[in-house]
Amino acid sequence: MTATEPVDLTGFSVPGRGNGLFDVFRRRYLLRLLVRKGVSTRYRNSALGWGWSYVKPLTQYFIYYFVMGIVLGRNRGIDNFAVYLLAGIIMVNLFNEAFSNATKSIVDNKALVKKIYLPREMFPIAAVIVAFVHFLPQVAVLVVVSALTGWTPSLLELGAILFGALIVVLLASGLGLIFGAVNVSFRDAQNLVEIIRLFATWASPVLYSYVSIAAVMPDWLTRIYMMNPLTSAIELFHYGFWFSTSDGSLQPPPHLLQYSLIGLVIALVVTAIGQLVFRRFERRFAQDL
Amino acid sequence: MDVTKNRPSIIVEHVQKTFLLRHAHSFKEAFISKIKKKKISSSFQALKDIDFTVNEGESVAILGYNGSGKSTLLKLISGVLEPDKGRILTRGRVAGLIEVGAGFHPDLSGRENVYLNAAILGMSKREIDERFDDIVAFSEIEEFIDSEVKHYSSGMFLRLAFSVAIHVELDILLVDEILSVGDAPFREKCRKKIRELVDEGKTMVVVSHDTGTVRDLCDRGIVIRKGEMVFDGPVEEAITALKGK
Repeated sequence: MTATEPVDLTGFSVPGRGNGLFDVFRRRYLLRLLVRKGVSTRYRNSALGWGWSYVKPLTQYFIYYFVMGIVLGRNRGIDNFAVYLLAGIIMVNLFNEAFSNATKSIVDNKALVKKIYLPREMFPIAAVIVAFVHFLPQVAVLVVVSALTGWTPSLLELGAILFGALIVVLLASGLGLIFGAVNVSFRDAQNLVEIIRLFATWASPVLYSYVSIAAVMPDWLTRIYMMNPLTSAIELFHYGFWFSTSDGSLQPPPHLLQYSLIGLVIALVVTAIGQLVFRRFERRFAQDL
Repeated sequence: MDVTKNRPSIIVEHVQKTFLLRHAHSFKEAFISKIKKKKISSSFQALKDIDFTVNEGESVAILGYNGSGKSTLLKLISGVLEPDKGRILTRGRVAGLIEVGAGFHPDLSGRENVYLNAAILGMSKREIDERFDDIVAFSEIEEFIDSEVKHYSSGMFLRLAFSVAIHVELDILLVDEILSVGDAPFREKCRKKIRELVDEGKTMVVVSHDTGTVRDLCDRGIVIRKGEMVFDGPVEEAITALKGK
């Protein structure tokens, strides 16, 4: 058994070295069970159960509707403000929920991460999917409200809705991988995430229209604002659910398609960076937790 | 030990593992320590130049006292930790009886936990379906399988967890002090089950300081003292080497 003895190394693999995100989708069954666990244990021991996933966003919605729409008069120039606001809030909630769940996912699953090897990307990805499942009942509410105000979806509108959701899911996954990994060594990441969540709500056209922000910002800043993947995702959602129900006085922002494609590319780049950062930090997970 | 005929299952090549004990847990602490030129971490060498090969079908005990680095070595083989220097290669599916029950969720039923944990340990849905009855039968908790795990006694919990782990399809079995699970009859059953796997020609690495178990299950022993490999040979001699010096 000397080290110089040539050994046939076919069939050998290095333990703990996976293929990152690809492994997550190769082990779909495990992913499905983790998502099911996340979904079914989320509201355990609460009387309202899944009702909370309606109550929380709706409360938030009515506060915004009253303060922003009625008290501050932000609804001027936005016809059918109720649907406009709801579409935006639901989208930004999806982002916030997915992002913060993913950030906490590694620390929350530390018992497993420390003891058993499995592709650790599994946890943030499962967290994002759980957030997506959580988002669906809210979409159902939006569908009902839009339909009541005269929404009959066309294929283009449905495409815009899916496109917007895709951008948000990718962006949240990428950021979730980065912050989830950093959070293992530096719990500051969670607080930074809070700030980003705040930005997500206010630095995208959820509570006001893109026209009013363009009016107060220099041109170059507006362009950056429009390149924010969340902005284009929310505008896509507005287009999908709200635009056809309004009187058409507030048109979709110019070059929405281009900006959406830029947003998609940014979201993809963030996901790729997320994977790289995650792999770098992953080696230390088991000892830092 | 027929070295020439069997192919190796586990190759550990000049492995070194140093733990960085980080003292800073926030950006602020890290930053201040940097300014003050204080050390933000201290290192501790857990394993030094460990080098050995385990052949297919061999069962090897890694012996050492607390803090000798034996559990670290097992974590390196399972892939939870990565070596700083050297490399480790394994062939086939590795499964560990290491801290069984790590993936259990108290709010899920026994049945759901069996599926979840078997999947975590690498089994496919079909494999779990096939073995589900065996798993439950082995754990002897048939009547409680559909109640939530938080209502289980600690003994029932461990029996189920162990039962899942031992039924995983594997080529290499890693065992860490597991045989302290449950009451005496169940321990005996576990030992028998592991014995069966050894007889089937599975490769096994056992970490223990319980010489009785080791003598029963292994042919070969590796003694680790303070991170260094001090003996590698027949298990009886290894036990003597552990106790001597």
